[in-house]
Amino acid sequence: MASSGTLKVTTPTDREIAMTRVFDAPRRLVFEAYTRPELLKRWLGVHAGWSLAVCEIDLRVGGAYRYVWRGPDGAEMGMGGVYREIVRNERIVATEKFDQSWYPGEAVGTVVLLEQGGRTTLTMTVRYQSKEVRDMVLKTPMASGVEAGFNKLAELLPTMAQEIK
Amino acid sequence: MAPEQLDATFMALADPTRRAILARLATGEASVRELTEPFAMSQPAISKHLKVLERAGLVSRGRDAQRRPRRLEARPLAEANEWLERYRQFWEGQFQRLDALLEEMKVAEKKPGRRRR
Repeated sequence: MASSGTLKVTTPTDREIAMTRVFDAPRRLVFEAYTRPELLKRWLGVHAGWSLAVCEIDLRVGGAYRYVWRGPDGAEMGMGGVYREIVRNERIVATEKFDQSWYPGEAVGTVVLLEQGGRTTLTMTVRYQSKEVRDMVLKTPMASGVEAGFNKLAELLPTMAQEIK
Repeated sequence: MAPEQLDATFMALADPTRRAILARLATGEASVRELTEPFAMSQPAISKHLKVLERAGLVSRGRDAQRRPRRLEARPLAEANEWLERYRQFWEGQFQRLDALLEEMKVAEKKPGRRRR
């Protein structure tokens, strides 16, 4: 873990969940890794036999993006959305919705990149519309959403776990 | 863990008084009266919170019929924590892939004449 920080999960508001992580690279590289299909395919959602098979990006405000992952036994999972805000190397705001989502409305994801001394702090915040989102998250860890209790649990459990032992 | 159980756990934990009650019970069982003491709240109000915790399976009642002490049930919390950890690990795995990719990109950038774009 010399080159990177640990992942932190927080809830800035009731409807949001944020993840913060430090990368040992300038933010323009992180921005590229987040917005160029051939680079995204190298890491996003790639795990346990899953690959990012379709990755289409129209990187402009009002432009659409679409991701489709393929997994073992022909399983497929797709999501997509529209870019609302793009500040090159600094900030991306986009809507996001999974194909198999049971919940009404779409979520809004914001990626903010802050660079200091050649290292980049990435904050990914997703704001959800409904409570049902959490149920979906339980079924697929790809969807990053839970309610306020989630983070409170995260704060509470380390101390409690010690006390319980 | 069933999603309903996880819902109930998170719902029960979304309240500061209930979290304080759990923290107190983590130090040992206690009666409703003992649990009420540290709070600026009536006993019925505390009982209401306890009911939510009991329904979520986070708290159970002890054998002593007179005191009816409440006890922390650690298992649902441990299970919720396990799920939370899986979630975190999933994303940490993703970001470790990104770490490796960024290292490659840095190297590629330093090579003269091989800049992308």
